[in-house]
Amino acid sequence: MSAKILEKEQLSENVFRLVLDAPKIAKKRKAGQFVVLRIHEEGERIPLTIADANADKGTLTIIFQTVGKSTNHLSELNVGEELLDLVGPLGKPTHVEKIGTVACIGGGVGVAPVYPITEAMKNAGNHIISIIGARDKSLIIMEDDMKAVSDEIVVTTDDGSYGFHGFVSQALEEKYLLQDKKIDLVVAIGPVPMMRAVCDVTKKYNVPTVVSLNSIMVDATGMCGACRVSVGGKTRFVCVDGPEFDGHQVDFRELIDRQRIYLKEEKECMDHYCTCKQQGKGVK
Amino acid sequence: MEMKERLKIPRQPMPEQEPKVRARNFDEVPLGYTPEIAKLEALRCIQCKKPACVDGCPVEVDIPGFIALVAEGDFIGAAKKIKSTNALPAVCGRVCPQEVQCEIQCVRGKKAEPVAVGRLERFVADFERAAGEVSIPKIPASTGKRIAIVGSGPAGLTVAGDLVQLGHDVTIFEALHKAGGVLVYGIPEFRLPKAIVASEVDYLKNMGVKVETSNVIGKVATVDELFEEGYDAVFLGTGAGLPTFMNIPGENLNGVYSANEYLTRSNLMKAYLFPEYDTPIVHGKNVAVVGGGNVAMDAARTAMRLGADNVYLVYRRSRQEMPARIEEIHHAEEEGIQLNLLTTPIKYIGNDKGWVTSMECLRMELGEPDDSGRRRPVPIKGSEFIWDIDTVVVAIGAGSNPLVQSTTPGLDTNKWNYIIADEETGQTSREGVFAGGDIVTGAATVILAMGAGRKAARAMHKYVMSK
Repeated sequence: MSAKILEKEQLSENVFRLVLDAPKIAKKRKAGQFVVLRIHEEGERIPLTIADANADKGTLTIIFQTVGKSTNHLSELNVGEELLDLVGPLGKPTHVEKIGTVACIGGGVGVAPVYPITEAMKNAGNHIISIIGARDKSLIIMEDDMKAVSDEIVVTTDDGSYGFHGFVSQALEEKYLLQDKKIDLVVAIGPVPMMRAVCDVTKKYNVPTVVSLNSIMVDATGMCGACRVSVGGKTRFVCVDGPEFDGHQVDFRELIDRQRIYLKEEKECMDHYCTCKQQGKGVK
Repeated sequence: MEMKERLKIPRQPMPEQEPKVRARNFDEVPLGYTPEIAKLEALRCIQCKKPACVDGCPVEVDIPGFIALVAEGDFIGAAKKIKSTNALPAVCGRVCPQEVQCEIQCVRGKKAEPVAVGRLERFVADFERAAGEVSIPKIPASTGKRIAIVGSGPAGLTVAGDLVQLGHDVTIFEALHKAGGVLVYGIPEFRLPKAIVASEVDYLKNMGVKVETSNVIGKVATVDELFEEGYDAVFLGTGAGLPTFMNIPGENLNGVYSANEYLTRSNLMKAYLFPEYDTPIVHGKNVAVVGGGNVAMDAARTAMRLGADNVYLVYRRSRQEMPARIEEIHHAEEEGIQLNLLTTPIKYIGNDKGWVTSMECLRMELGEPDDSGRRRPVPIKGSEFIWDIDTVVVAIGAGSNPLVQSTTPGLDTNKWNYIIADEETGQTSREGVFAGGDIVTGAATVILAMGAGRKAARAMHKYVMSK
């Protein structure tokens, strides 16, 4: 099914928020699930976590960072335009229950997928500690949204331009775990090195940690196997077994390598796109 | 023409692209019969009173009937005749294993060669399409019954075609963005042009079938919700699932693909046209394809067309046990695919960036027959050797897709999580729910899935009309 863009907002230099008209998915989606979209006939299938939804209005919110051709193209679409295909909700929903204190950690654009999980965990009656971080102040997104669903919030920047000076993993350790503050579950979503760093810390303190993986996918419905990851020494498929896994079992090294498979092609595709635009050819 | 003369006509070969040329393009390999060749071939059919060929066809095409029309030059009439029992003749003419179905039964094959039923079927379907005279059969008055079909592969398309012609209101739900299932994501363009699949799907749409792409049943709606929405019966034709791997070290290295992924990138996403199309694919120079079935052949021939210097097909048994069609093996060898039989990989070796650079293999010999009746491959001790390759495609089969089974309470599955369905009716353990194709049998052929669809359609018609 196609989906019309209802709202568009730029959250930071290269992070955008789109609200889409997608009533069927909006009604069904649960925290932790994702969609796959395609912009045009020659386009690739782009998996993106659902950042928010409104079942009554039939809307779905996606937040994404421009990294390559497809996300740049997506950021250039305007309100009123349509995505060619939108499919979802995909993946297993987050397991939400009242367990006590939950630390919800988002790095960079990873705050977007962490938000609906935080909201669901809060609604389930948990005490929520949110830790969100980015390279610098201008890249911090959704601070107010996160505040609204948290009992405590820490904002970190790598350069110290705002909030805690350091990584989210350091804030977690220094402000909470080192101080013997009890945390029952950590949910961490962001760039793979960030999730790995958080898991390294929580392993030390024996705190169960859930991560949401954004591996490369093609069909994303349990057919192609592109998204496979090693979890606890076993091959698992992120699209149907995940996207959430026990962070202490994930082979992050392998995941980092696998995310780099198409670096060369991604650059080539982006260059091709830029050249086409410069020459005034129809952008595909 | 006298029968004596007709018996003298040799089986007409299929004109095809030169192997060297076609190994580097994605155009269709066989070029198809001309009307003259088709008529000549059709005259070879002796019009048996009790045609054995029809018994060999899972969808019971009136083979002598359509061939007689071809011999008379009434190609459009022949197309109509086939379409009365087979909604997808252009597909079947290309991908059915005729040599083990209709053609193996042909009496002409006893003394000479069988009539080329598949080539004639393909000719007729192509002729009708090219003539722009695709006729839509008359649809009877609506029965008011609503049918949901999950999956638009060969099984689902067959059910749709059969039930819409009986006056039912039919909707197909497809998870991907294009209809056709394995016909679009699995079988390569050079074997089955996607424009042909699209036109067969359009034919169904013109008969009134609704096709909802990008709808994953089990996620956006469950089977139970389809009934709540007012559907009277549901057919599950969700097809093959997650790829099987061998669970040997290094299978998750970069450059190691499942055949499902490799073919989906190339076929559905058109990665061979990158960067005009956005989806990339690794263009390996030394490619190993593991497996001996039709999917392995498709992957190997795709690798060649993507510019490989060497494509090695690695299969653990001997040529005799290869499940691929003889014609496909022949085509692959003609195109320069190197068969490495009685060989199995035991480990993939990578560099520090996580890319596969070589694989360790073992030589095998054939032992006693196993459960499948084929002689079991046994490793030869100490025969390990290392082979430099930069891309691997693992084509050893697929498991089942879990999405529908895990969201449909009361739907019985077997130990491989395939849906249990009655062989004659497709009936599952849930009332009103029928199933057929790979999700019931495990990986099989297009025509077997269509045969299962045909049987299920009959049973579904009976079911909804008695409700």
